[in-house]
Amino acid sequence: MELILETLGLTESAQLLSLSAPGWGANLLRGLANSLKIAFGAFGFGLLIGLFGAYGKLYGGPVLRDLLAIYTTVIRAVPELVLILILYYVGTDLINKLSAAMGYGRVEISGIVAGIWVLGIVQGAYSIEVLRGAIQAVPPGQIEAARAFGMPPMMTMWRVTIPAMMSFATPGLANLWLIATKDTALLAIVGFSELTLETRQAASSTRAYFTFFLAAGGLYLMVTLCSGVVFGWIEKWARRGQPSLREGRG
Amino acid sequence: MIALKSLMQPHRIVMMALFAALVVWCAVSLRWDWIPKYAPLALEGLWTTIWIMAVTTVLGFLLAVPLGLAQAIGPWYLSIPARTFCTIIRGTPLLLQIWLLYYGLGSLFPQFPWIRSSELWPYLRQAWPYAVLALTLSYAGYEGEVMRGAFSGVAKGQLEAAKSFGMRRSTMFRRIWLPQAIRNVLPTLGGETILQLKATPLVATITVIDIYAVSSRVRADTFIVYEPLLLLAIVYMVIAGIITLAFKRFEVQVPR
Repeated sequence: MELILETLGLTESAQLLSLSAPGWGANLLRGLANSLKIAFGAFGFGLLIGLFGAYGKLYGGPVLRDLLAIYTTVIRAVPELVLILILYYVGTDLINKLSAAMGYGRVEISGIVAGIWVLGIVQGAYSIEVLRGAIQAVPPGQIEAARAFGMPPMMTMWRVTIPAMMSFATPGLANLWLIATKDTALLAIVGFSELTLETRQAASSTRAYFTFFLAAGGLYLMVTLCSGVVFGWIEKWARRGQPSLREGRG
Repeated sequence: MIALKSLMQPHRIVMMALFAALVVWCAVSLRWDWIPKYAPLALEGLWTTIWIMAVTTVLGFLLAVPLGLAQAIGPWYLSIPARTFCTIIRGTPLLLQIWLLYYGLGSLFPQFPWIRSSELWPYLRQAWPYAVLALTLSYAGYEGEVMRGAFSGVAKGQLEAAKSFGMRRSTMFRRIWLPQAIRNVLPTLGGETILQLKATPLVATITVIDIYAVSSRVRADTFIVYEPLLLLAIVYMVIAGIITLAFKRFEVQVPR
Protein backbone atom coordinates (compact mmCIF):
# COMPACT_ATOMS: atom_id res chain seq x y z
CA MET A 1 0.00 0.00 0.00
CA GLU A 2 2.65 2.49 1.05
CA LEU A 3 4.76 1.49 -1.91
CA ILE A 4 1.91 2.27 -4.30
CA LEU A 5 1.36 5.66 -2.69
CA GLU A 6 5.10 6.32 -2.87
CA THR A 7 5.36 5.55 -6.56
CA LEU A 8 2.32 7.69 -7.34
CA GLY A 9 3.70 10.56 -5.28
CA LEU A 10 0.59 10.64 -3.13
CA THR A 11 2.18 10.06 0.28
CA GLU A 12 1.61 13.64 1.31
CA SER A 13 -2.04 13.60 0.23
CA ALA A 14 -2.62 10.35 2.09
CA GLN A 15 -1.15 11.89 5.24
CA LEU A 16 -3.35 14.95 4.90
CA LEU A 17 -6.44 12.80 4.42
CA SER A 18 -5.66 10.28 7.17
CA LEU A 19 -8.29 9.85 9.83
CA SER A 20 -5.99 10.33 12.83
CA ALA A 21 -4.98 13.66 14.30
CA PRO A 22 -2.63 15.45 11.89
CA GLY A 23 -4.81 14.38 8.96
CA TRP A 24 -8.15 15.97 8.15
CA GLY A 25 -9.99 12.82 7.09
CA ALA A 26 -12.11 12.70 10.25
CA ASN A 27 -13.26 16.29 9.70
CA LEU A 28 -14.33 15.49 6.16
CA LEU A 29 -16.26 12.43 7.30
CA ARG A 30 -17.94 14.42 10.06
CA GLY A 31 -18.93 17.00 7.45
CA LEU A 32 -20.27 14.25 5.22
CA ALA A 33 -22.35 12.87 8.09
CA ASN A 34 -23.81 16.33 8.73
CA SER A 35 -24.55 16.78 5.04
CA LEU A 36 -26.33 13.44 4.88
CA LYS A 37 -28.35 14.15 8.02
CA ILE A 38 -29.58 17.41 6.56
CA ALA A 39 -30.23 15.89 3.15
CA PHE A 40 -32.30 13.11 4.73
CA GLY A 41 -34.24 15.51 6.92
CA ALA A 42 -34.86 18.02 4.17
CA PHE A 43 -35.89 15.31 1.72
CA GLY A 44 -38.36 13.86 4.26
CA PHE A 45 -39.72 17.27 5.23
CA GLY A 46 -40.01 18.14 1.55
CA LEU A 47 -41.88 14.91 0.84
CA LEU A 48 -44.35 15.69 3.61
CA ILE A 49 -44.97 19.16 2.20
CA GLY A 50 -45.08 17.67 -1.28
CA LEU A 51 -47.68 15.05 -0.43
CA PHE A 52 -50.09 17.46 1.24
CA GLY A 53 -49.34 20.17 -1.28
CA ALA A 54 -50.01 17.83 -4.19
CA TYR A 55 -53.33 16.84 -2.66
CA GLY A 56 -54.12 20.50 -2.06
CA LYS A 57 -53.28 21.39 -5.64
CA LEU A 58 -55.40 18.54 -7.01
CA TYR A 59 -58.42 18.52 -4.72
CA GLY A 60 -58.19 21.76 -2.70
CA GLY A 61 -60.36 24.85 -3.02
CA PRO A 62 -59.50 27.71 -5.39
CA VAL A 63 -57.74 29.79 -2.72
CA LEU A 64 -55.54 26.94 -1.52
CA ARG A 65 -54.68 26.05 -5.11
CA ASP A 66 -53.66 29.61 -5.94
CA LEU A 67 -51.57 29.90 -2.78
CA LEU A 68 -49.77 26.65 -3.59
CA ALA A 69 -49.20 27.82 -7.16
CA ILE A 70 -47.59 31.00 -5.83
CA TYR A 71 -45.42 28.95 -3.44
CA THR A 72 -44.13 26.59 -6.13
CA THR A 73 -43.57 29.36 -8.68
CA VAL A 74 -41.70 31.66 -6.32
CA ILE A 75 -39.50 28.93 -4.88
CA ARG A 76 -38.58 27.66 -8.31
CA ALA A 77 -37.74 31.10 -9.68
CA VAL A 78 -35.52 32.38 -6.86
CA PRO A 79 -31.98 31.01 -6.40
CA GLU A 80 -31.63 28.53 -3.55
CA LEU A 81 -28.87 30.63 -2.05
CA VAL A 82 -31.17 33.65 -1.68
CA LEU A 83 -33.99 31.48 -0.33
CA ILE A 84 -31.67 29.91 2.19
CA LEU A 85 -30.66 33.32 3.50
CA ILE A 86 -34.25 34.61 3.63
CA LEU A 87 -35.66 31.49 5.26
CA TYR A 88 -32.73 31.31 7.66
CA TYR A 89 -33.26 34.84 8.90
CA VAL A 90 -37.06 34.57 8.92
CA GLY A 91 -36.92 31.24 10.76
CA THR A 92 -34.51 32.38 13.45
CA ASP A 93 -36.36 35.69 13.85
CA LEU A 94 -39.73 33.97 14.24
CA ILE A 95 -38.44 31.47 16.78
CA ASN A 96 -36.72 34.18 18.78
CA LYS A 97 -39.85 36.34 18.80
CA LEU A 98 -41.92 33.33 19.79
CA SER A 99 -39.62 32.38 22.63
CA ALA A 100 -39.44 36.00 23.78
CA ALA A 101 -43.23 36.17 23.79
CA MET A 102 -43.37 33.00 25.87
CA GLY A 103 -40.89 34.39 28.35
CA TYR A 104 -37.76 32.51 27.37
CA GLY A 105 -34.70 34.38 26.20
CA ARG A 106 -32.97 34.09 22.85
CA VAL A 107 -32.63 30.54 21.63
CA GLU A 108 -29.62 29.18 19.81
CA ILE A 109 -30.93 27.26 16.82
CA SER A 110 -28.94 24.21 15.89
CA GLY A 111 -27.49 24.29 12.40
CA ILE A 112 -29.00 20.95 11.50
CA VAL A 113 -32.56 22.02 12.33
CA ALA A 114 -32.12 25.30 10.47
CA GLY A 115 -30.70 23.46 7.46
CA ILE A 116 -33.54 20.96 7.40
CA TRP A 117 -36.14 23.73 7.67
CA VAL A 118 -34.58 25.81 4.93
CA LEU A 119 -33.85 23.06 2.42
CA GLY A 120 -37.10 21.26 3.26
CA ILE A 121 -39.17 24.27 2.21
CA VAL A 122 -37.22 24.47 -1.03
CA GLN A 123 -37.54 20.73 -1.66
CA GLY A 124 -41.26 20.87 -0.86
CA ALA A 125 -41.98 23.06 -3.88
CA TYR A 126 -40.31 20.62 -6.23
CA SER A 127 -41.89 17.57 -4.55
CA ILE A 128 -45.36 19.03 -4.97
CA GLU A 129 -44.89 19.06 -8.72
CA VAL A 130 -43.38 15.56 -8.84
CA LEU A 131 -46.06 14.01 -6.64
CA ARG A 132 -48.88 15.86 -8.36
CA GLY A 133 -47.83 14.43 -11.69
CA ALA A 134 -47.52 10.96 -10.18
CA ILE A 135 -50.94 11.11 -8.51
CA GLN A 136 -52.49 12.23 -11.78
CA ALA A 137 -50.90 9.27 -13.54
CA VAL A 138 -52.70 6.77 -11.28
CA PRO A 139 -55.67 5.38 -13.23
CA PRO A 140 -58.73 7.15 -11.73
CA GLY A 141 -60.69 3.89 -11.75
CA GLN A 142 -58.49 2.54 -8.93
CA ILE A 143 -59.24 5.49 -6.66
CA GLU A 144 -62.93 5.39 -7.56
CA ALA A 145 -63.02 1.68 -6.73
CA ALA A 146 -61.52 2.38 -3.31
CA ARG A 147 -64.09 5.10 -2.74
CA ALA A 148 -66.88 2.76 -3.86
CA PHE A 149 -65.78 0.30 -1.15
CA GLY A 150 -66.28 3.07 1.38
CA MET A 151 -62.60 3.62 2.21
CA PRO A 152 -62.04 6.89 4.08
CA PRO A 153 -59.81 9.39 2.22
CA MET A 154 -56.70 8.82 4.37
CA MET A 155 -56.95 5.06 3.92
CA THR A 156 -57.42 5.49 0.17
CA MET A 157 -54.29 7.61 0.10
CA TRP A 158 -52.28 5.17 2.17
CA ARG A 159 -53.42 1.91 0.57
CA VAL A 160 -54.23 2.85 -3.03
CA THR A 161 -52.87 6.17 -4.23
CA ILE A 162 -49.40 6.06 -2.67
CA PRO A 163 -48.52 2.48 -3.70
CA ALA A 164 -49.92 3.02 -7.18
CA MET A 165 -48.10 6.32 -7.75
CA MET A 166 -44.74 5.11 -6.40
CA SER A 167 -43.58 3.82 -9.77
CA PHE A 168 -44.36 7.16 -11.44
CA ALA A 169 -42.83 9.21 -8.66
CA THR A 170 -39.53 7.37 -8.08
CA PRO A 171 -37.51 8.85 -10.98
CA GLY A 172 -38.52 12.38 -10.01
CA LEU A 173 -37.91 11.72 -6.33
CA ALA A 174 -34.49 10.24 -7.10
CA ASN A 175 -33.64 13.48 -8.85
CA LEU A 176 -34.90 15.49 -5.88
CA TRP A 177 -32.78 13.45 -3.49
CA LEU A 178 -29.68 14.19 -5.58
CA ILE A 179 -30.59 17.89 -5.56
CA ALA A 180 -31.00 17.70 -1.78
CA THR A 181 -27.54 16.20 -1.27
CA LYS A 182 -25.96 18.80 -3.53
CA ASP A 183 -27.91 21.70 -2.05
CA THR A 184 -26.53 20.94 1.41
CA ALA A 185 -23.29 22.43 0.07
CA LEU A 186 -25.03 25.82 -0.05
CA LEU A 187 -25.36 25.78 3.74
CA ALA A 188 -21.60 26.36 3.80
CA ILE A 189 -22.46 29.97 3.01
CA VAL A 190 -24.48 30.46 6.18
CA GLY A 191 -21.56 28.94 8.06
CA PHE A 192 -22.89 25.47 8.77
CA SER A 193 -20.02 23.00 8.91
CA GLU A 194 -21.11 20.44 6.37
CA LEU A 195 -18.78 18.68 3.96
CA THR A 196 -18.02 21.62 1.66
CA LEU A 197 -17.20 24.06 4.45
CA GLU A 198 -15.10 21.48 6.35
CA THR A 199 -13.26 20.85 3.11
CA ARG A 200 -12.61 24.51 2.55
CA GLN A 201 -11.32 24.97 6.08
CA ALA A 202 -9.04 21.96 5.73
CA ALA A 203 -7.86 23.16 2.34
CA SER A 204 -7.14 26.73 3.37
CA SER A 205 -5.26 25.73 6.50
CA THR A 206 -3.05 23.22 4.71
CA ARG A 207 -2.92 24.96 1.30
CA ALA A 208 -3.57 21.57 -0.34
CA TYR A 209 -6.59 22.75 -2.28
CA PHE A 210 -6.64 20.08 -4.96
CA THR A 211 -6.26 17.19 -2.53
CA PHE A 212 -9.16 18.21 -0.35
CA PHE A 213 -11.58 19.46 -2.98
CA LEU A 214 -10.99 16.35 -5.07
CA ALA A 215 -11.47 14.15 -2.00
CA ALA A 216 -14.73 15.90 -1.16
CA GLY A 217 -15.83 15.60 -4.77
CA GLY A 218 -15.11 11.88 -4.53
CA LEU A 219 -17.25 11.62 -1.39
CA TYR A 220 -20.16 13.47 -3.01
CA LEU A 221 -19.82 11.32 -6.11
CA MET A 222 -19.87 8.19 -3.98
CA VAL A 223 -23.10 9.32 -2.33
CA THR A 224 -24.61 10.09 -5.74
CA LEU A 225 -23.63 6.78 -7.29
CA CYS A 226 -24.80 4.75 -4.26
CA SER A 227 -28.11 6.62 -4.27
CA GLY A 228 -28.46 5.80 -7.94
CA VAL A 229 -28.15 2.10 -7.14
CA VAL A 230 -30.56 2.30 -4.21
CA PHE A 231 -33.15 4.22 -6.20
CA GLY A 232 -32.76 1.62 -8.96
CA TRP A 233 -33.82 -1.02 -6.40
CA ILE A 234 -36.69 1.12 -5.14
CA GLU A 235 -37.93 1.69 -8.66
CA LYS A 236 -37.73 -2.01 -9.42
CA TRP A 237 -39.69 -2.70 -6.23
CA ALA A 238 -42.24 0.01 -6.98
CA ARG A 239 -42.75 -1.29 -10.50
CA ARG A 240 -43.21 -4.91 -9.43
CA GLY A 241 -46.09 -6.55 -11.29
CA GLN A 242 -46.12 -3.88 -13.99
CA PRO A 243 -44.97 -4.61 -17.54
CA SER A 244 -41.40 -3.45 -18.05
CA LEU A 245 -40.96 -0.17 -19.87
CA ARG A 246 -39.03 -1.71 -22.75
CA GLU A 247 -41.60 -4.35 -23.58
CA GLY A 248 -44.62 -2.32 -22.51
CA ARG A 249 -44.15 0.53 -24.95
CA GLY A 250 -44.39 -1.83 -27.95
CA MET B 1 -58.55 38.18 -22.86
CA ILE B 2 -58.84 34.70 -21.39
CA ALA B 3 -56.05 35.46 -18.96
CA LEU B 4 -57.86 38.59 -17.80
CA LYS B 5 -61.08 36.67 -17.29
CA SER B 6 -59.37 34.03 -15.17
CA LEU B 7 -57.87 36.80 -13.04
CA MET B 8 -61.29 38.32 -12.40
CA GLN B 9 -62.58 35.57 -10.14
CA PRO B 10 -63.69 36.94 -6.76
CA HIS B 11 -61.10 35.11 -4.64
CA ARG B 12 -58.31 36.21 -6.94
CA ILE B 13 -59.42 39.84 -6.69
CA VAL B 14 -59.31 39.55 -2.90
CA MET B 15 -55.85 37.96 -3.07
CA MET B 16 -54.58 40.65 -5.39
CA ALA B 17 -55.94 43.32 -3.05
CA LEU B 18 -54.18 41.66 -0.13
CA PHE B 19 -50.99 41.44 -2.16
CA ALA B 20 -51.25 45.12 -3.11
CA ALA B 21 -51.74 45.96 0.55
CA LEU B 22 -48.64 43.91 1.39
CA VAL B 23 -46.62 45.75 -1.25
CA VAL B 24 -47.79 49.11 0.07
CA TRP B 25 -46.97 48.06 3.61
CA CYS B 26 -43.48 46.96 2.51
CA ALA B 27 -42.93 50.21 0.64
CA VAL B 28 -44.04 52.34 3.58
CA SER B 29 -42.79 50.62 6.68
CA LEU B 30 -39.58 48.98 5.54
CA ARG B 31 -36.38 50.90 4.99
CA TRP B 32 -35.54 51.69 1.40
CA ASP B 33 -33.36 54.76 1.92
CA TRP B 34 -30.22 52.80 1.01
CA ILE B 35 -31.34 52.28 -2.59
CA PRO B 36 -30.11 55.55 -4.17
CA LYS B 37 -26.67 55.09 -2.68
CA TYR B 38 -26.25 51.54 -3.93
CA ALA B 39 -28.15 51.82 -7.22
CA PRO B 40 -25.10 52.27 -9.50
CA LEU B 41 -23.36 49.32 -7.88
CA ALA B 42 -26.53 47.24 -8.12
CA LEU B 43 -26.85 47.98 -11.83
CA GLU B 44 -23.26 46.90 -12.38
CA GLY B 45 -23.97 43.73 -10.42
CA LEU B 46 -27.09 43.07 -12.41
CA TRP B 47 -25.11 43.41 -15.61
CA THR B 48 -22.48 40.97 -14.29
CA THR B 49 -25.17 38.44 -13.41
CA ILE B 50 -26.76 38.71 -16.84
CA TRP B 51 -23.60 38.48 -18.89
CA ILE B 52 -22.22 35.60 -16.84
CA MET B 53 -25.48 33.75 -17.31
CA ALA B 54 -25.67 34.47 -21.04
CA VAL B 55 -22.04 33.69 -21.81
CA THR B 56 -21.94 30.46 -19.81
CA THR B 57 -25.25 29.28 -21.27
CA VAL B 58 -24.08 29.78 -24.84
CA LEU B 59 -20.60 28.33 -24.28
CA GLY B 60 -22.04 25.47 -22.23
CA PHE B 61 -24.51 24.64 -24.96
CA LEU B 62 -21.78 24.64 -27.61
CA LEU B 63 -19.85 22.20 -25.44
CA ALA B 64 -22.97 20.12 -24.76
CA VAL B 65 -23.56 19.34 -28.44
CA PRO B 66 -20.35 17.32 -28.90
CA LEU B 67 -20.84 15.79 -25.44
CA GLY B 68 -24.33 14.62 -26.33
CA LEU B 69 -23.24 13.44 -29.75
CA ALA B 70 -20.33 11.46 -28.29
CA GLN B 71 -22.67 9.75 -25.86
CA ALA B 72 -25.34 9.05 -28.46
CA ILE B 73 -23.31 7.65 -31.35
CA GLY B 74 -19.62 8.05 -30.49
CA PRO B 75 -17.19 5.13 -30.32
CA TRP B 76 -16.37 3.92 -26.82
CA TYR B 77 -13.19 5.99 -26.49
CA LEU B 78 -15.33 9.13 -26.88
CA SER B 79 -18.54 8.06 -25.21
CA ILE B 80 -16.96 6.80 -21.98
CA PRO B 81 -15.07 10.05 -21.22
CA ALA B 82 -18.15 12.09 -22.14
CA ARG B 83 -20.35 10.01 -19.87
CA THR B 84 -17.81 10.18 -17.04
CA PHE B 85 -17.62 13.96 -17.39
CA CYS B 86 -21.41 14.30 -17.21
CA THR B 87 -21.62 11.98 -14.19
CA ILE B 88 -18.95 13.86 -12.30
CA ILE B 89 -20.46 17.28 -13.03
CA ARG B 90 -23.95 16.13 -12.13
CA GLY B 91 -22.80 14.22 -9.07
CA THR B 92 -20.96 16.96 -7.21
CA PRO B 93 -22.18 20.33 -5.93
CA LEU B 94 -21.49 23.33 -8.14
CA LEU B 95 -20.13 25.25 -5.18
CA LEU B 96 -17.44 22.61 -4.73
CA GLN B 97 -16.57 22.77 -8.44
CA ILE B 98 -16.28 26.55 -8.33
CA TRP B 99 -14.05 26.44 -5.27
CA LEU B 100 -11.92 23.64 -6.73
CA LEU B 101 -11.25 25.68 -9.87
CA TYR B 102 -10.77 29.02 -8.14
CA TYR B 103 -8.71 27.98 -5.14
CA GLY B 104 -7.12 24.92 -6.75
CA LEU B 105 -6.11 26.35 -10.13
CA GLY B 106 -5.65 29.75 -8.56
CA SER B 107 -3.01 28.36 -6.21
CA LEU B 108 -1.45 26.18 -8.91
CA PHE B 109 -0.90 28.77 -11.64
CA PRO B 110 1.42 31.17 -9.76
CA GLN B 111 3.88 28.29 -9.28
CA PHE B 112 4.74 28.32 -12.98
CA PRO B 113 6.82 31.36 -14.02
CA TRP B 114 5.86 31.01 -17.68
CA ILE B 115 2.18 31.42 -16.83
CA ARG B 116 2.91 34.46 -14.75
CA SER B 117 4.85 36.07 -17.58
CA SER B 118 2.24 35.17 -20.20
CA GLU B 119 -0.27 37.60 -21.67
CA LEU B 120 -3.14 35.79 -20.01
CA TRP B 121 -1.88 36.34 -16.49
CA PRO B 122 -3.74 39.63 -15.85
CA TYR B 123 -6.96 37.73 -16.54
CA LEU B 124 -6.01 34.61 -14.62
CA ARG B 125 -5.44 36.72 -11.54
CA GLN B 126 -9.06 37.81 -11.53
CA ALA B 127 -11.96 35.71 -10.33
CA TRP B 128 -14.38 35.85 -13.24
CA PRO B 129 -12.54 33.51 -15.64
CA TYR B 130 -12.85 30.76 -13.04
CA ALA B 131 -16.53 31.56 -12.49
CA VAL B 132 -17.20 31.44 -16.22
CA LEU B 133 -15.24 28.21 -16.61
CA ALA B 134 -17.03 26.48 -13.72
CA LEU B 135 -20.52 27.56 -14.79
CA THR B 136 -19.82 26.64 -18.42
CA LEU B 137 -18.64 23.16 -17.50
CA SER B 138 -21.62 22.70 -15.21
CA TYR B 139 -24.13 23.73 -17.87
CA ALA B 140 -22.38 21.51 -20.41
CA GLY B 141 -22.53 18.55 -18.03
CA TYR B 142 -26.25 18.86 -17.42
CA GLU B 143 -27.07 19.77 -21.00
CA GLY B 144 -24.85 17.04 -22.47
CA GLU B 145 -27.10 14.47 -20.85
CA VAL B 146 -30.18 16.22 -22.25
CA MET B 147 -28.66 16.45 -25.73
CA ARG B 148 -27.83 12.74 -25.67
CA GLY B 149 -31.53 12.00 -25.30
CA ALA B 150 -32.41 14.58 -27.92
CA PHE B 151 -30.01 13.17 -30.49
CA SER B 152 -31.24 9.62 -29.96
CA GLY B 153 -34.84 10.89 -30.06
CA VAL B 154 -34.69 12.09 -33.68
CA ALA B 155 -36.59 9.61 -35.86
CA LYS B 156 -34.27 7.18 -37.65
CA GLY B 157 -36.28 7.44 -40.87
CA GLN B 158 -35.35 11.08 -41.27
CA LEU B 159 -31.64 10.35 -41.06
CA GLU B 160 -32.00 7.39 -43.43
CA ALA B 161 -33.89 9.57 -45.90
CA ALA B 162 -31.12 12.14 -45.76
CA LYS B 163 -28.52 9.44 -46.29
CA SER B 164 -30.42 7.99 -49.24
CA PHE B 165 -30.39 11.40 -50.92
CA GLY B 166 -26.63 11.22 -50.74
CA MET B 167 -26.29 13.98 -48.16
CA ARG B 168 -22.88 14.25 -46.61
CA ARG B 169 -22.72 13.47 -42.91
CA SER B 170 -21.83 17.04 -41.93
CA THR B 171 -24.70 18.46 -44.01
CA MET B 172 -27.08 15.90 -42.57
CA PHE B 173 -26.04 16.87 -39.06
CA ARG B 174 -26.36 20.57 -39.74
CA ARG B 175 -29.64 20.49 -41.66
CA ILE B 176 -31.59 17.64 -40.12
CA TRP B 177 -30.20 16.13 -36.99
CA LEU B 178 -29.19 19.19 -34.94
CA PRO B 179 -32.25 21.36 -35.73
CA GLN B 180 -34.66 18.58 -34.78
CA ALA B 181 -32.74 17.73 -31.63
CA ILE B 182 -32.74 21.39 -30.56
CA ARG B 183 -36.45 21.72 -31.32
CA ASN B 184 -37.16 18.72 -29.11
CA VAL B 185 -35.19 20.05 -26.16
CA LEU B 186 -36.38 23.67 -26.29
CA PRO B 187 -38.75 23.30 -23.30
CA THR B 188 -36.03 21.56 -21.25
CA LEU B 189 -33.53 24.17 -22.37
CA GLY B 190 -35.69 26.94 -20.92
CA GLY B 191 -35.79 25.19 -17.56
CA GLU B 192 -32.04 24.58 -17.60
CA THR B 193 -31.38 28.22 -18.40
CA ILE B 194 -33.39 29.25 -15.36
CA LEU B 195 -31.37 26.77 -13.30
CA GLN B 196 -28.25 28.44 -14.68
CA LEU B 197 -29.58 31.83 -13.60
CA LYS B 198 -30.14 30.40 -10.15
CA ALA B 199 -26.58 29.09 -10.08
CA THR B 200 -24.99 32.50 -10.78
CA PRO B 201 -25.08 33.86 -7.21
CA LEU B 202 -22.54 31.18 -6.27
CA VAL B 203 -19.89 33.19 -8.10
CA ALA B 204 -20.21 35.79 -5.35
CA THR B 205 -18.36 33.35 -3.07
CA ILE B 206 -15.23 33.78 -5.18
CA THR B 207 -15.36 37.59 -5.07
CA VAL B 208 -17.13 38.24 -8.37
CA ILE B 209 -19.40 41.24 -7.75
CA ASP B 210 -22.78 40.15 -9.10
CA ILE B 211 -26.18 41.37 -7.96
CA TYR B 212 -26.16 38.89 -5.07
CA ALA B 213 -22.80 40.16 -3.85
CA VAL B 214 -24.15 43.73 -3.96
CA SER B 215 -27.08 42.75 -1.74
CA SER B 216 -24.73 41.03 0.72
CA ARG B 217 -22.67 44.17 0.81
CA VAL B 218 -25.73 46.31 1.55
CA ARG B 219 -26.57 43.90 4.35
CA ALA B 220 -23.10 44.05 5.79
CA ASP B 221 -22.80 47.84 5.50
CA THR B 222 -26.20 48.89 6.81
CA PHE B 223 -27.36 45.91 8.91
CA ILE B 224 -30.63 45.93 6.99
CA VAL B 225 -31.49 42.25 6.57
CA TYR B 226 -34.76 41.70 4.80
CA GLU B 227 -35.10 44.57 2.36
CA PRO B 228 -32.08 43.81 0.14
CA LEU B 229 -32.94 40.11 0.15
CA LEU B 230 -36.57 40.79 -0.84
CA LEU B 231 -35.49 43.08 -3.64
CA LEU B 232 -32.94 40.49 -4.75
CA ALA B 233 -35.58 37.76 -4.86
CA ILE B 234 -37.82 40.01 -6.96
CA VAL B 235 -34.98 40.79 -9.36
CA TYR B 236 -34.31 37.07 -9.89
CA MET B 237 -38.02 36.38 -10.34
CA VAL B 238 -38.27 39.07 -13.00
CA ILE B 239 -35.26 37.70 -14.88
CA ALA B 240 -36.66 34.16 -14.64
CA GLY B 241 -40.00 35.43 -15.96
CA ILE B 242 -38.31 37.13 -18.90
CA ILE B 243 -36.40 33.92 -19.74
CA THR B 244 -39.62 31.89 -19.58
CA LEU B 245 -41.45 34.32 -21.85
CA ALA B 246 -38.56 34.48 -24.31
CA PHE B 247 -38.41 30.70 -24.60
CA LYS B 248 -42.20 30.51 -24.98
CA ARG B 249 -42.11 32.97 -27.86
CA PHE B 250 -39.20 31.14 -29.40
CA GLU B 251 -41.03 27.82 -29.10
CA VAL B 252 -44.10 29.22 -30.85
CA GLN B 253 -42.00 30.45 -33.75
CA VAL B 254 -40.21 27.16 -34.30
CA PRO B 255 -42.17 25.14 -36.86
CA ARG B 256 -43.47 21.80 -35.59
